[in-house]
Amino acid sequence: MKIVVQMTLNGLRIDVDEGMTILEAARFYGMNIPTLCYLEGLSPYGACRLCLVEIGMPGQSKLVTSCTYRVEEGLVVRTDSEWVIKRRKMLIELYLATCPSSKVIQDLASKYHVTTVRFTPWHEDCILCGLCVRMCAEQMQGKAIGFAHRGSNRRVTTPFDKESEVCRLCGGCMYVCPACQSRCQGPQEEQPVCNACLNLQQPCLDYFEDKMCFMDPCVACELDANREVKAKRRP
Amino acid sequence: MSKQLTDVEDVLEGAVKKHGLSVVPLLQEIQEHFRYLPEEVLRMLSRKTGIPLIDIYHAATFYNSLSLTPRARHQISVCAGTTCHIRGGGKLIEEIFQLLGIRPGEITSDGEFMLETVNCLGCCAFAPAMVVDGKYYGNLNPGEVREILNALRKKAVS
Repeated sequence: MKIVVQMTLNGLRIDVDEGMTILEAARFYGMNIPTLCYLEGLSPYGACRLCLVEIGMPGQSKLVTSCTYRVEEGLVVRTDSEWVIKRRKMLIELYLATCPSSKVIQDLASKYHVTTVRFTPWHEDCILCGLCVRMCAEQMQGKAIGFAHRGSNRRVTTPFDKESEVCRLCGGCMYVCPACQSRCQGPQEEQPVCNACLNLQQPCLDYFEDKMCFMDPCVACELDANREVKAKRRP
Repeated sequence: MSKQLTDVEDVLEGAVKKHGLSVVPLLQEIQEHFRYLPEEVLRMLSRKTGIPLIDIYHAATFYNSLSLTPRARHQISVCAGTTCHIRGGGKLIEEIFQLLGIRPGEITSDGEFMLETVNCLGCCAFAPAMVVDGKYYGNLNPGEVREILNALRKKAVS
């Protein structure tokens, strides 16, 4: 028999099966948490940090990675509080500087209204999310690629940087890679941030500490935009 | 060649018997025998134990004390951790350069000495510290480094 725990997700009381992670629970209830290193069917890794959520009551809250944190009885989770959004935007900015050629990251930047990059772009072609490594090991039973070296030299490679004997050329690693898909203008674009799909300003953030903007797209934004239009029309 | 191969087999056999499937002790054992980790030996180790080659490669490249390239007879590891750095670890490296003409990561042309920096030797109380051929030296100054290295050189000549 499944044990059900009760928790609060963005102010909503919900019942969740024990053993689920916060990310799984949030996605089950239709609240989107952005991720780069998470994929259903692969073990959670907690490397990209984008799935940060705030847990606990205000004043004693802390940030945890929702993909690795299991639900508990009475847990209070806020997926889009001011603090979380601030950290998430910072992460996206860092990712933009690391790998500006990725469409997935550019899309995230537009969605989260990250318009400037204050860091020197590195133009790496890998963000070390480890999806390809886990795909190869867990789904394909291949173990053809993995991490090598450490610290700033850490990278994904085959043994001895040579063609692997166990690789079956399945292409699973490229299929899951968030950095492989080139941005719309092509990988050689000089500007580190694209912003062609820039999201509307998320107005809730300025008004409430607990942002409840899990509607995707956020209806409040449209309401707010209408209000502004009306205000302008007034003489 | 065949004798060499059986040698390798023996080393691997002994290592596996001793350490089971623990990658790092296995690699340390192999490095002790060959002074570095030859690619072919690691491939044999993978075939013998069933440990995926990438896991072995991961460990071999992760640790500074494991090397995939041939090493010199005398291994000098100078600590470049925070404490050693503050207490003059850089001066030790400079002294070694004056004596042997090698920078971190380099080998002397006669293949006798190799210098490397490590991130921490775990003995910050003795900073600045260095390890020569597995022996720890602490509270060093450049003069003591000169003495240690000259003693080793004399040993090599005699």
